[in-house]
Amino acid sequence: MSKDLNFESSFEPERYELTAPPTYHFDVDRREFFRFLGAGVLIVCVLKDARALQESGASQGAQGASLPKEIGAWLHIGEDGSVTVYTGKVEMGQNIRTSLTQAVAEELHVPVSAIQMVMGDTKLTPYDRGTFGSRTTPEMNLQLRKVASAARDALIVLAAAQWQVDRKRLIAADGKITDSESKRTVEYAALVKGKQLTETLPVEDPPIPAAQWTVAGQPLPKVNGRDFVTGKHRYPSDQKLPDMLYGKVLRPASFGATLSSLDTQDAEKIPGVIVVHDGNFVGVAAPSTEIASRALAAIRAEWKSQPQISNKELFEYLKKNPVEGSGPLDSPFRYETGSMDKALTSADHRLQQTYMANYIAHAPLEPRAALAQWSGDDLTVWTGTQRPFGVRTELAAAFRMPEERVRVLMPDTGSGYGGKHTGETAIEAARLARAAKRPVKIMWTREEEFTWAYFRPAAVIEVSSAMRKDGKITGWEFHNYNSGAAGIPTFYDIENQRIEFHPARTLLRQGSYRALAATANHFARESSMDELADLVKMDPLEFRVKNLKNERLRAVFEAAAKKFGWGQAKTNAGQGFGMGGGFEKGGNVATFAEVAVDRKSGEVRVVRLVTAFECGAIVNPDGLRNQLEGANIMALGGALFEAVEFDNGQIMNGRFSDYRLPRFSDVPVIETVMIDRKDIPSAGAGESSLVGVAPAIANAIFDASGVRLRSLPLVPNGLRVA
Amino acid sequence: MATVRQLNINGRVYTTEADAESSLLFVLRDHLDLTGSKYGCGEGQCGACTVLIDGKSRRSCITRVGDVAQRQITTIEGLAQGDRLHPVQQAFLDEGAMQCAYCTSGMIMTAVSLLKAKRDSSAAEIARSMEGNICRCGTQPRIVLAIQRAAKAMNESKQ
Repeated sequence: MSKDLNFESSFEPERYELTAPPTYHFDVDRREFFRFLGAGVLIVCVLKDARALQESGASQGAQGASLPKEIGAWLHIGEDGSVTVYTGKVEMGQNIRTSLTQAVAEELHVPVSAIQMVMGDTKLTPYDRGTFGSRTTPEMNLQLRKVASAARDALIVLAAAQWQVDRKRLIAADGKITDSESKRTVEYAALVKGKQLTETLPVEDPPIPAAQWTVAGQPLPKVNGRDFVTGKHRYPSDQKLPDMLYGKVLRPASFGATLSSLDTQDAEKIPGVIVVHDGNFVGVAAPSTEIASRALAAIRAEWKSQPQISNKELFEYLKKNPVEGSGPLDSPFRYETGSMDKALTSADHRLQQTYMANYIAHAPLEPRAALAQWSGDDLTVWTGTQRPFGVRTELAAAFRMPEERVRVLMPDTGSGYGGKHTGETAIEAARLARAAKRPVKIMWTREEEFTWAYFRPAAVIEVSSAMRKDGKITGWEFHNYNSGAAGIPTFYDIENQRIEFHPARTLLRQGSYRALAATANHFARESSMDELADLVKMDPLEFRVKNLKNERLRAVFEAAAKKFGWGQAKTNAGQGFGMGGGFEKGGNVATFAEVAVDRKSGEVRVVRLVTAFECGAIVNPDGLRNQLEGANIMALGGALFEAVEFDNGQIMNGRFSDYRLPRFSDVPVIETVMIDRKDIPSAGAGESSLVGVAPAIANAIFDASGVRLRSLPLVPNGLRVA
Repeated sequence: MATVRQLNINGRVYTTEADAESSLLFVLRDHLDLTGSKYGCGEGQCGACTVLIDGKSRRSCITRVGDVAQRQITTIEGLAQGDRLHPVQQAFLDEGAMQCAYCTSGMIMTAVSLLKAKRDSSAAEIARSMEGNICRCGTQPRIVLAIQRAAKAMNESKQ
């Protein structure tokens, strides 16, 4: 790791997300495109650096037979003026269908209503690694803006040719080209009529600067919101086909259990039921969910289980079981600068603490679901996934077939939060459908989703620091066991550092999660900051500012402090104030919390959360505010009470009556301050906005009670102090 | 085994052939293709499946279809009058009170039932009434605002 580590560019080595294959190479004849798109203008965005392409001349073949390889997105303007945008990104509540539409409307100068987004369909959209890591806004938004601005230029060129005038006289606005001198106008629809024109990037003109945006940068409601309030939208679990059957899969008695005996006779006797037993897969398909459940219950199976440890031994286990390799799942992270040992020797104060975070569940309200249909050797699957192309690969591997014969579509889904990267239901539904010779839909029960999906990795974090008596931190050593390297570098200015991530053998299946390890790493770092401030009796805000040079971070801390009224006197006993903040995936965040602690009952209530956030130029202020509010509430669950309990290979609290999620009464007053930096490219906001919440609450609880809590969740059973 | 052959849903009669013990949610979703009511937990804990039975909110996942065969059932699909949205639906749109929106039908149905009983609830009272509905995306503050907005609109239009 280089000495001048720049944490802004080294965000998130998403080790749980690096399993995606390399970029797909298209070899598509452009005539094929127009066959399914209809005539018009097609603009294709290539992924390679635009300048390099220009120099190599690779962009010249636009009118040739084949399209460039490594396509990022494309846009088609039809003969009726309709604009269709194709992107492999998917919508699951983060409202990118809306923000991406805004970006296209802005650059192409068409009304939002003229634009249709086709998303996450492996047959129609370009390859995409997946919708995660807060990459949609910094990458896809920019690509689509470039595509749309290239489309606008192409239309201007067409009009200039038609009118035989200099293109500089022509202005694109509101779906029309206008000649600024003669005042002639022509609609886009009329311009593209009968054309089969392809244009590829690079574009000559840079996209419109954020300061000049008129459509982007403004609040825009969910573009298809009406479909959701009327129940019309079909989520993956709502998909249907004629003659479709409903599937259920037999689950092992515990993790890793193997089947020792199986009797499916009674299930097979139920009319309409098909039972499939293939290796370790046992499933049923039936004319209704109810009959499928009955058939499943009629199967008699015995399992051979291995004894397994419980969540009580979790943290000890993680520290004792390191695994270090070089693969995407177990690559360590090491960063060292200066001399930590020297810093410790010469320090006035030293502090050593251990922080922990439990496994938590994504609990998307729509569990995993898939509908699979075979047509000869071709497979089509509708499923809720953040990685349609990844699921296509999984299906092709599972059925030993070429990817070209598999199509995966992702209807806008009932959330994911990093929890839907995998294709379990797609494979299960496809296996049953192949046996049944009819389409089969699988929808996991809540208990299945809690048990057979994957969890946010648990963490053990050891922090050791050295400080001068004036409050200047001189040494920082930080070890994360198991949960990941996201958000692991410190953004404070510390001369001597040693930062390591140690992959560990996991107890439960673990994977990506909104903000992933950044939550645990920020919790440890920002709790530690308060503990250090307390050692030298400094105000936590003053202490942070003393150790922080980064202007963007200082700005969010100061903005949140101002809105919160930091420094105000307490008005009642049990009241506590605290803060936490940081930088992750291009977003800067500071959250201030007010809590009320009842020392008698142990009840801890979060009264107020104030979050200041800055992620560059804001694309949709209302969408951003919605994300910030939601992030605060989701983070509050993991901070206060969410934890997966397990014992002997079973999940002990795998249902909503046992696993506590934030509900209406848990929700505090939430205030947001959004800093719009039009001079900085837009970054994503759905993940970074979570990371300040847990430390802010922990620090506020300390402020209220003098009790320092170092394990997430903080108060699953209230504040119990011996 | 008793069989339910007719259900009154959204002002019309649906014919079906369902075991009286079946969950209303799965009859709606599997048999009648009314998929606006969602499965979230199957134990009446999340509210995504909420429908109205004679105007009152009920968790369809834990409701036996045999118990509601003679009753008036309203699902999210039956709330709008033609193109005119119910004030609660409109208010959810106006407040942007959704992210993935999977909880939205259940939230709206619960709110419709609440506003039938009481229009002058405080934000805290609304939150208490909505406690049985989960929004994992965290749009609760907006949902409370939407319900307040709908209450105001309904009072003004004397609906």
